[in-house]
Amino acid sequence: MTTFLDREKLRTEAGLQAFVNSIPYAKFIGIEVRKVGGELTCVLPFKDDNVGNPMLPALHGGVVSALLETAAILQLIGEVESDHLPKPVNINIDYLRSAKPVETYARAFITKQGRRVANVHAEAWQETRDRPVAALHGHFLLAPRNRSDG
Amino acid sequence: MNNTPEPPPLKNLLGDENEHLLIDGVPHALALGLKLIEMTRDNATVKLPYDPRFVGNPETGVIHGGAVTSLLDNVSGLAVFAAMEELTSIATLDLRIDYMRAATPGKDVIAHAHCYKVTRTIAFVRGTAYETTPDDPVATCTGAFMLGSNAGRKLGANTTGQGDLGDAGGGK
Repeated sequence: MTTFLDREKLRTEAGLQAFVNSIPYAKFIGIEVRKVGGELTCVLPFKDDNVGNPMLPALHGGVVSALLETAAILQLIGEVESDHLPKPVNINIDYLRSAKPVETYARAFITKQGRRVANVHAEAWQETRDRPVAALHGHFLLAPRNRSDG
Repeated sequence: MNNTPEPPPLKNLLGDENEHLLIDGVPHALALGLKLIEMTRDNATVKLPYDPRFVGNPETGVIHGGAVTSLLDNVSGLAVFAAMEELTSIATLDLRIDYMRAATPGKDVIAHAHCYKVTRTIAFVRGTAYETTPDDPVATCTGAFMLGSNAGRKLGANTTGQGDLGDAGGGK
């Protein structure tokens, strides 16, 4: 469905944000997109529903992971020609620091792009980029093997 | 059949009246509408009811990988709680998720996790997410959790600056 992944629209920040808003779970946790000088950053403003540990409080590991995964997928959409969303095959997340109840950022890099699978690295940080709160590396399937399996 | 699973030690520590806090006490679990199905010693089972708000691919209606990850992270944490002798805070150290196939649109996802080893500072967990049977998984996970992650940190520590997981485990 080329209408769903409109590559022209996805080149602009507004187009990317509209695309992210069309992904219900990304909208549910509140992911925003910033594009500065060609660099794509996902931003997750703090909200109470995203907390996993209310005592500290700290963000839920699953939320941080979803932010990293979305950053990885958006990076792939931007760099790889495909009419379909990349599918995660597996992801590894290292939780490096407790994620505070503040705005969180994520940026992804394609480590290796093959014909069918890409290896992606992504990092999430809060105050400063050199103190990441979590890191992801994972493999994503670039084209569905079989259209019917959705 | 004649072997009833042992209840988790946590059951006595928490009491029946506080059991709901295992889900309700975690804002994102509550937001996802997670339901605790069962907790036995070292094991937990949780359901993520299907909700269009958790879709990842609007073309297909398939649940977002991140929602499945949140579910697996959460059930894994509960399995760690189910393995504890005394109640302590935990934090995910790392998590690996393998996505085997897309979850069926419209169907609830169930996740089961087993905490197979607990050391003084770390707990090791394996989990599976599925709709009808664990033999046909949507995703599997393995994870390690830090025990006593809040140790040495005051309530609200993250609102005042101190935030390194590195401070957490070694303290005890």
